[in-house]
Amino acid sequence: MARILDDIILDDIIIRTCARIMVPFIQLYSLYVLVHGHSSPGGGFQGGCIMAASFILLAVAFSINEVKRRFRENIHLIFCSLGVFIYTGTGAIALFFSGNFLDYSTLTHIVPATPVMARYYGMALIELGVQISVMAVMVSIFFDLVTKGDHVEAPDWEDD
Amino acid sequence: MNKLLALFITITAGALLVYSVEEFPAWGDPQQPASRHVSPRYIEKTVEETGVPNAVTSVLADYRGYDTMFETSVIFSAGVAVMMLLRGMKYGKNSR
Repeated sequence: MARILDDIILDDIIIRTCARIMVPFIQLYSLYVLVHGHSSPGGGFQGGCIMAASFILLAVAFSINEVKRRFRENIHLIFCSLGVFIYTGTGAIALFFSGNFLDYSTLTHIVPATPVMARYYGMALIELGVQISVMAVMVSIFFDLVTKGDHVEAPDWEDD
Repeated sequence: MNKLLALFITITAGALLVYSVEEFPAWGDPQQPASRHVSPRYIEKTVEETGVPNAVTSVLADYRGYDTMFETSVIFSAGVAVMMLLRGMKYGKNSR
């Protein structure tokens, strides 16, 4: 029974083709949710989860190794902390221009904008940091849980 | 004895909390302090001060930036904790 399921589900060209077509649109939609969070529901957390869902869809339809070949493990471990770094770094920039921590209006010293628009851009920057961190952490947790931490693909059904 | 003392402290603290519920403003009361000072400020000044039409985003990312920063840190910590539990820490003959 397991052998039949294996042949039917894991080697289905329809599922693989559908996943391959859907993944770019899911990722584009997550970027839309990110950048459109200023004027509609959305933002870094939601966009990051949608982006992570696209990688998880790839892992389900193809294999863990296929995803790790495209989005390597050391890269997504760097992304985990890069997002938090972007967030806190944006906040710390304000300190250098004698503002309060996370006071984005001091970004006017860097970008040519009014203080109001500097806060707008500052929010966009930290939402980007949140997106990167959430996306990488979700993918990392998924890989850890599904491979029990050793990051080796589960054996095929016929090995049992 | 310790358990009895802990039970006494728990019941006392719980009774104090239940007693103080009486002093809370009514649910959705428009005259409560948060609705009179904080909410109108955010609703009225969001576009003027931050240029963002969505008040939720401006509160989340600007007025309450510390909150969101540590939410991101919590997510990062959750990822690191899962890594440590599942692949990092091997208790055995190699660990000291």
